[in-house]
Parts: sequence; C-alpha cells; structure tokens
Amino acid sequence: MTPEELSQARITPEGEAPAIVLPKGLRRVPRGVDELATEHLIVNMGPQHPSTHGVLHILLELDGEEIIAAEASLGYLHRGIEKLAEHRRYSAVGTLLDRADYISGIHTELALAQATEQLMGIEVPEKAQWLRSLFSEIVRIASHLIAIGTYGMDIGAMAPFLYIMREREALLSVLESVTGARMMFNYVRPGGVLRDLTPEAEPLLRQFLKTFPGYLEEYHTLLTGNEIFQARVKGVGVIDRATAIAFGMSGPPLRASGFGWDVRKERPYAAYEQLRFDVPVGESGDCWDRYLVRMEEMRIAAELIEQCLDGMPEGDVMAKVPKVLKPPAGEAYSAVESPRGEVGIHLVSDGTDTPYRVHLRAPSLMNLAVVDEVMPGHKIADSVAIIGSLDIVLGEIDR
Amino acid sequence: MSPLLSILVRALLALLLMLANGVVLIYMLRKVLGHLHLRIGPNRVGPFGALQTSMDVVKLLTKEDFIPSAADKWLFRLAPYMVFVPSFMAYAALVLGPKAAFSGLDTGLLYVFAVLALVPMGVMMAGWASNSKWSLIGGMRAAAQQISYEVPLLLSVLPIVMTAGSMSLAAIVKSQTGYALGFIPRWNVLSPQIVGFGLFMIAALAELNQTPFDMSEAESELISGFANEYSGMRFGLLFLSEFSNSFIISALAATLFFGGWLVPGIDPASPVMVWLGPAVLLLKTYVGIFVLMWIRGTLPRIRIDQMLALGWKALIPASLVWLMLTGVIVRAVS
Repeated sequence: MTPEELSQARITPEGEAPAIVLPKGLRRVPRGVDELATEHLIVNMGPQHPSTHGVLHILLELDGEEIIAAEASLGYLHRGIEKLAEHRRYSAVGTLLDRADYISGIHTELALAQATEQLMGIEVPEKAQWLRSLFSEIVRIASHLIAIGTYGMDIGAMAPFLYIMREREALLSVLESVTGARMMFNYVRPGGVLRDLTPEAEPLLRQFLKTFPGYLEEYHTLLTGNEIFQARVKGVGVIDRATAIAFGMSGPPLRASGFGWDVRKERPYAAYEQLRFDVPVGESGDCWDRYLVRMEEMRIAAELIEQCLDGMPEGDVMAKVPKVLKPPAGEAYSAVESPRGEVGIHLVSDGTDTPYRVHLRAPSLMNLAVVDEVMPGHKIADSVAIIGSLDIVLGEIDR
Repeated sequence: MSPLLSILVRALLALLLMLANGVVLIYMLRKVLGHLHLRIGPNRVGPFGALQTSMDVVKLLTKEDFIPSAADKWLFRLAPYMVFVPSFMAYAALVLGPKAAFSGLDTGLLYVFAVLALVPMGVMMAGWASNSKWSLIGGMRAAAQQISYEVPLLLSVLPIVMTAGSMSLAAIVKSQTGYALGFIPRWNVLSPQIVGFGLFMIAALAELNQTPFDMSEAESELISGFANEYSGMRFGLLFLSEFSNSFIISALAATLFFGGWLVPGIDPASPVMVWLGPAVLLLKTYVGIFVLMWIRGTLPRIRIDQMLALGWKALIPASLVWLMLTGVIVRAVS
C-alpha cells in the first residue's frame, strides 16, 4: 500500500459504518467542515517499534490517546521454516524449529521429537524423559525471565530487564555446558536427548536454586509491589474465560483468564507424570494476572528443577534409533507446554526420510489474535502493556 | 566594567556552567543508571569512560544535518532553540553564593518559572513540525502535562514565598539562616514546609518530563516522542536542555528547601562562604540530580490519564490546601 492509500484506509470494526474520512496529510485540514471537528489518527505501531517484541506491526486507529480499533499485521519474520523442513531429514528438522520460538527452542524440539517417536514407535529411555523435563523447566524460567524483564521495560521500568540477565546468565551457562549452545540447542532428538548432564551442570543448577528465591523476591519488590506498575496493569486488557477459549489461547494468558489448562497436567509427557506441581490460575484475566501467573510459574519451575535433579534415574539418554530415520507413512500430533502455551507439531510422513508436512501450532499466534478484540477502548500506553503481557515471540508466529 | 560587558561576561559564565553541566550530567546519568542496573556504563573512552560524552558531542556535531522532507522546515529548525533558550535564560536567576549570582533579580522565583513554562512550547513545536504522528502525540502530551503540572509547581513554592516574604532567591536563602532549638538549621525542609517539598518534587518530576512522568518521550510507547525525527546537534540541543532543566530545578529545590548555599555551623557572613557557598550549592544540586536519576532508573511510567488525574484531582487541591494552611500559620505567628 502506498502511504497515500494507507492514510485513506480505515480499520473499523465489522458492522460499523466508516464515520470519518481522514485527510491526506496532517497539515491539510479539510476546509469548510466544522473547525472543531477532530479526526481519527491511524498510526503504524511497528514493525520498527521498541515495544512490539520484534517485528510485529499493529495498525492503530486512535481518537486522541484512545484506541478505536487495532489490527495486527504479521509476516515480517517469515523464513519458510515449515516448508524448509519438508526438504530436510528428520534429524535435521529440530535445528530449524529451534529458530521458530527462539526464546524457548527446546519445547518445539521436544514436540517434534515426540511426534517422530510416535510415528516410529520408539521407546524413550527413562533418564532421557527426566532430562527432557529438566531442560524444559530450565528454559521455562529463562523464557519467563525475559517475559517479565521486557514487560517491566514496556511499562517504563528499565531496571528489571537488566536484573533478569543475571539469573538468565546462570541458566544459559548450564545450557551451554550441556547442550553446547545458549539458545539454539538441538538437544532433544528423536529417541532421547543429546547427552547427559555434565559434571559442572548440577552444581551450577544447585547454586542457582539456592539464590533464585531471593532474586524472585527482588522482582516482586521492583515490580509487583510498585504502585505505578499496579496502576498500569490492573484491570487492563481483560480477557474473559470464554474469549480466551474461543480464540484458542493457551499457556499463561489462558490460565490467567481462569482456565487451568496445562498440557503437562492434562496430557503428561516426558517425566511430568512423576513430578508434583501446581498450575497457577488467575481470576480476572487482566495484564496483572498474566504477570502474576508467570511469576508463580517461575517459582514452581524452580521446584520442578529440584525434583528432577533429586529424582534423576540412571541409564541411557538415547534409545537405539537408526542413523537415518524413516517413519512409516502416517501422521502424528504431539503437544508440549512451552512458556508461551501449547506448542504442537503435526507431522505427516510419506515413508521417506524427509517429512511430508510439518505444521507448527504456534501458541503465540493464537494468543496474539486476541489483541484486535481487547485493545479498542484502551489508551496507547495500554496497547504496549497488553502486547507485553501476552509474551509473544514473532519467530514462532511468522515462522 | 561597563554594564553591557558585565552582562556579556555573566551570560558567558552561565552558558559555560550550562554546557559543563550537560557534559558532566550525561556522563553521570550513564554511570549512575549503569550501576543501578548491574552494569558498568561507559568505560572505554578516557579514564572510566569520562571522555565518552565529549566524544558523543563530536559525533552529534559531525552528523548529517537531516530534516524530514515532510517536516515544516522553519518550525523544525526553530524548535530546538525554543527549548534551549528558555532553559538557558533560567540560569540568570540562580543565586550560587552570597556574592555569586548571575543577576540579582528581585522576582527570581517568578522569573524562573515564567521562562521554564516556555520549554513545553518548544517541545510542542518540535512535535508538530516533525510531521510524524508519534511526534505529534508526544508534543500534545507535553502540552497537557504542562497545563496540569505548572499550576501545582507554582502553588507548592508559594508557601515559601509567604514564609520568606520575598520572591528573591537570595532573600529566601537568607530567611533560612539560624537554628531552631539551637542546633537544627532553619532550612525549609526541616520545617512544616516539608509538605511543600513533597508537592514540589512530584510536580517538578512532571515539569522536567522525568520518569515516572516522561510522557512526551515515553520510549516504549511513542518510540522517542517529540524528539523522534531529530538527529545531530538539533537532538543534542533538546537533550542538553533536558539536563539543564534538571539542574535548574534541583538548584531551585536546594535553594528553596535545603538552605541554598548555607552550611550548618559556618557563619553565612564569613568570607570563606564566598567560595564555599557556590561549591555547597553545587553539591546539594548534584545530590538532587542523583535522586532524580535514581527515580529514573527504578520506577515505571505512569499512564497519561492517570497522570492528569493525579495532577488535577490530587496535586492541585493538596497544594491549595497547603497554601491556605501556611497562610494561617504565617498569620498566627506574626
């Protein structure tokens, strides 16, 4: 669209007659009309904007400071991951999927590995299952830390984002020592995991578990207890239970709306059946609840890490799998609970060594869809608070 | 010295103070924020990164002089000066010591607020002239903020004028000499006027466009607000006047509430105060600026409607009530 057309374009909610025709530029006020008449302003929030978490583009129709309509526009980070996956051997697809949700790659890997195992009927060794749970939770904390830190930044507090880097660093060094990478792991593979915990990983994790509750307390002091923060998030961006379910939301945003759906509980995978944990559920579904659910999940994830370390069985970390994976023709769906929600892989095999189709059910995409519904009626500043509270990752949305 | 030359020398000295402050404060901000945020801040250029700001000035000066094609070119050029000049003019009223003032204005306090009230005009002008929607919103926010916080800011210092009986900053400092109970300095902040100080601080934060009231910049919402389209030295001027304003407001706070250049235990008439006074005032001012930076590094940003509600529904009534109470007290004492 040319700028000219864009300024003519209207985004009005369905069923409402377009009321106001925008002038072609800010300086050309139409003559002859009521001098005091105000006009709606359409602004492009993103794709270059500090608070759209990557390259999200939202068209906002504004009446002064108030949002009249919002429309998310996607696709700026499309890399064709799903299509590329169709031309790779099964063992190489995980590397691609790491780059979908780049903040918590391990969960997408895990979903793919489980789908492949379903197709091939591979039995995963118990130790590998526990390691999968362990690393899922490590990455969950690392991801929620980013979510909380950037959320603080969205609200205007710079400090939390830099504070979370301290804990994230501790977790990333564990991940680096075991998987060899800090973000793009390719650690979970069909049949098990890459390797066992390294000797230095466990002391590092134990040390982290010792300090983490204190640091969590620090965030509560910095953000949770802050009057301004509360005023900015309480009652903002309310998504009720029915809307959340209707939009297919999952993860913390769904649970904050009062629906306690967690794949780890409902359809246990890895070692989650043997682990004891609660699923925090919110009440009102506003930004405040979504924030609190994440804070609580971090605390619970730290407990889960401890349980995993204590209960870690002995044995192999990899099942006996052929060098070249050739699942029989058929399809499989596997879902895991990522920090953003239910991430699923729908895998279709035609019996060759490359998948016929890999579809990623990206929770961020479903969670983002609700912004068109929620944003109208809020202020500009709230739009940032709402996007931040959904904790989207554009890599996963655009793929 | 001829009066004209004298004015010129004073103006140059004020400009020097302003520029030196800018360089020091930007470095200080980066270091203070850095340490508040568990990082180091600039540490590459010069010892402890001290030359970083100077290098940045060189960078800003040598950048391309860029004006967006759709901008209103004259207003766009004019706006940074409209922000910079009032901020510079405010220095005229500062009283640094018993024998150090840029001018001996009798209505110094009124003058400072009058010229500082011009700053948001420049901000609005910048927002309008950029012809960018984000800048426009930033400029409009500045206007709304200005209207709602100028009033409580003035109302919060009026009680001081009542107790001191003068609008001259020098007289206000003099009124704070002496000791209560023989050892507590009679600074306004150590009297019931501490209420006024609280009101003043909140209103001043908004007036300075500082966190939690940095509405017109609001980098997570408006990208950079009114300064969006500015680069090079024009941006440098906007940036510099922001720091210069925090210096002025901190210096005012020190003068009005913390005894100005007075030092407890030293006779204000003693000759040593001629050079100690300015040093002490600078120290007090810098402590004030440090507190501003501390707030900036810690607090989130309030929303525009909440800010306006706070201004109109809480701050203005509170400062009016306090003004009346002070009137009653002053009347009763005299």
